[in-house]
Amino acid sequence: MAAQILFFVLATVAIFGAFGMLVSRNPVNSALWLILNLFCVAGIYLTLNATFIAVIQVLVYAGAIMVLFLFVIMLLNLAALPDVRRFEWRKGIAYILSMGLLSMLSFVVTSSLDLLPEPQSLQVSAANGTANTLAKSLFVEFALPFEMIGILLLAATVGAVMLSKRKPV
Amino acid sequence: MDITLNWYLYLSAILFTMGVIGFLFRRDVIVMLMSIELMLNAVNITLVALSQAMGNPSGQILVFFVMAVAAAEAAIGLALVIAAFRGKLTIDVTEFNLFKY
Repeated sequence: MAAQILFFVLATVAIFGAFGMLVSRNPVNSALWLILNLFCVAGIYLTLNATFIAVIQVLVYAGAIMVLFLFVIMLLNLAALPDVRRFEWRKGIAYILSMGLLSMLSFVVTSSLDLLPEPQSLQVSAANGTANTLAKSLFVEFALPFEMIGILLLAATVGAVMLSKRKPV
Repeated sequence: MDITLNWYLYLSAILFTMGVIGFLFRRDVIVMLMSIELMLNAVNITLVALSQAMGNPSGQILVFFVMAVAAAEAAIGLALVIAAFRGKLTIDVTEFNLFKY
């Protein structure tokens, strides 16, 4: 029973954090709400026994990426954007599109109830999420994609430095 | 009542839709980038839930790669925001219309 309560609390706070990110006017508040959401998602990974991914989520997302976001927001010295009072018809289309997407996703999840895989036992899933299992898979089976993701990150770093240089080359 | 796989899938659908709403509604480029991070997170929840339900660690390796791509995307996107802010002194996307006419 405790696991269900934990899941529901984490899911509610995660959705609340995402909602707070959507509605806050100031980008700094948005970033802080998103950090709350990311911590709750890390807790949800823990309820799935994916311990390694949960730690990586806190380290990479909540630690590195959101610090980068906050750093850029404070570097640019941003204020909240002025409110536009006139009606924008593109917002109506955006609302219809996103509600259609939500109903489509819910329909797919609901209608494929009997196709979902049988859940594994607790021992299997707990052994499945450890760093030991994932490292064996990552460094043996997925060694080449691992090297390629390193090259991608190097290219992204060089590109970010090139783009934010003061005088364009 | 057990926690089944569909609850995770429903949570993921809700978070993905909130990311789409944020991307379509906000005019702030930085909040749009954060919405993309939210969408990537929703997909990661699906991948981890299915990976644990099927007993196959490959899905979690894919989550690892998605996180690396998200980090690269955030770095490049924020560098572009800084470069665009230098010219226009705003981050409102409706002001960036250089290619429009």
